[in-house]
Amino acid sequence: MPDADAVITLRNVSKSFGPFKALSDVDLTVHAGEKVVICGPSGSGKSTLIRCVNRLEEHDGGTINVDGIELDEHTENIRAVRQDVGMVFQQFNLFPHLTVLENLTIGPVRVRKMPKSKAEKLARTYLDRVHIPEQVDKYPAQLSGGQQQRVAIARSLCMEPRIMLFDEPTSALDPEMINEVLDVMTELALSGMTMVVVTHEMGFARKVADTMVFMEAGRVVETAPPEKFFTNPESDRCRMFLDQILEH
Amino acid sequence: MVAGADIDGPAMARRRTWRTPLMRLGRLIGSHPVSILIYVAVMVGIVLAALNGASAMGYNWQWYRIPQYFYGFTEEGGFVLGEIPWGLVGTIGLSTAAFALAVVIGLVVALLRLSDLVIGRAVAVGFLELIRNLPLLVLLYVFYYVFGPIFGLDRWAASVACLAVYHGALVSEIFRAGINAVPRGQREAAKSIGMSTAQAYRDIILPQAFRFMLPPMTGEVVNMIKSSAIVSVIAVAELTTVGRDIISETYLSFEIWFTIAAVYMAVTLIISAFATWLEKRHAVTD
Repeated sequence: MPDADAVITLRNVSKSFGPFKALSDVDLTVHAGEKVVICGPSGSGKSTLIRCVNRLEEHDGGTINVDGIELDEHTENIRAVRQDVGMVFQQFNLFPHLTVLENLTIGPVRVRKMPKSKAEKLARTYLDRVHIPEQVDKYPAQLSGGQQQRVAIARSLCMEPRIMLFDEPTSALDPEMINEVLDVMTELALSGMTMVVVTHEMGFARKVADTMVFMEAGRVVETAPPEKFFTNPESDRCRMFLDQILEH
Repeated sequence: MVAGADIDGPAMARRRTWRTPLMRLGRLIGSHPVSILIYVAVMVGIVLAALNGASAMGYNWQWYRIPQYFYGFTEEGGFVLGEIPWGLVGTIGLSTAAFALAVVIGLVVALLRLSDLVIGRAVAVGFLELIRNLPLLVLLYVFYYVFGPIFGLDRWAASVACLAVYHGALVSEIFRAGINAVPRGQREAAKSIGMSTAQAYRDIILPQAFRFMLPPMTGEVVNMIKSSAIVSVIAVAELTTVGRDIISETYLSFEIWFTIAAVYMAVTLIISAFATWLEKRHAVTD
């Protein structure tokens, strides 16, 4: 029986790329308003897991239920889910041929069929929220990495999603730009958004996470609240991983 | 001293290699003014040889008879275009219609090839292999003598269909390469905001692919104009056919073929210049 307020439920999910098993029997439940931070060594399946939630990857076993919709071959279901689930990528993936404003309005206008003027108003609201209202008419290439990632966050928010997924949002950034992105994410978390974040930023995780998930070799090894996770993890692998990344 | 020699060693050696006579000669030939001079000399040589050969065979040049095929005047003094401009209009009309159709065919074949449908991919690959491995002339005969009677195509329609199918195969490869050159993350970002595949192609992928496709696509327009000359074998009204017709009346084969060649070249050079301008304009917005 799934939880009443579960918005994402994964049961026995597996996924292979050829002979490589990226996910094996993953179970995960995310509740409304919950902030889940997923960490683990590279190649452990974190990104694959998060990409399965909006079906950028198709899982080959188990079930994924998002917002009451089962993810299967039905294209209409998938598009419905994607409109409710925002995604922020490591490489930003802004549309380089469109201005910042057009990057933000194209989703609402094309997918939600919103009138252009209304979409532009919405876009300006969210650009304010990510603290770059002055960049509306620039092209992505004219912005710094941190600004681009904040535009990417605003682009997702313009679809007014109920859930936001972040796939290593700060890994491609120069160190001095990481905080401006994490600040925006923290504000978003405080506003009550349901968030699933793959990151190595443990400071952010400590501050924001309700639940920490540690993955290794395609399996969820440990799930715990951050107090317990950082001070007294159950598995040795998790402890070793934390020692390594918290060393300095 | 030894350390100094070490540091100077490779640089000195590099400088010295330029001093070998062969390298110096190569450098001289490669320099701008000298290469222009060589080019002009070769061209003059070719023209002189041609003129020489023509006069040796007693060819009677009659360039003064050419302008009448470009323009003329009616008895009332009105200006009329000659046969060659009308032939050019025919060539451009034929090429434009065929290219428009080729772009449609190319896009459909490229999307089939990139699709997840196994049958779609098989159809696309089958089409490509078939077209790419047939001579254009044979394809034209098939369209005119076989499909013509079957589907009721006249010469013009058969020619357009043949050129469109032939170049459609090439255009589809340009589309495919252009679409593949757009990073995968673009499609994922489009999908992640709920866009359908069709919307993602129209608003995100194709506009970006356009930039990659522009240079090879221009080349294909030029190729289309050039290969359209082949339809003169089934007597479709276009530039090469006009040339053949004039020669059969006048026997001015040297003058007419030089003229026809110059007209083709003028058109294709204008198209290439336009494409260069377009490319530069699109590079700025990046």
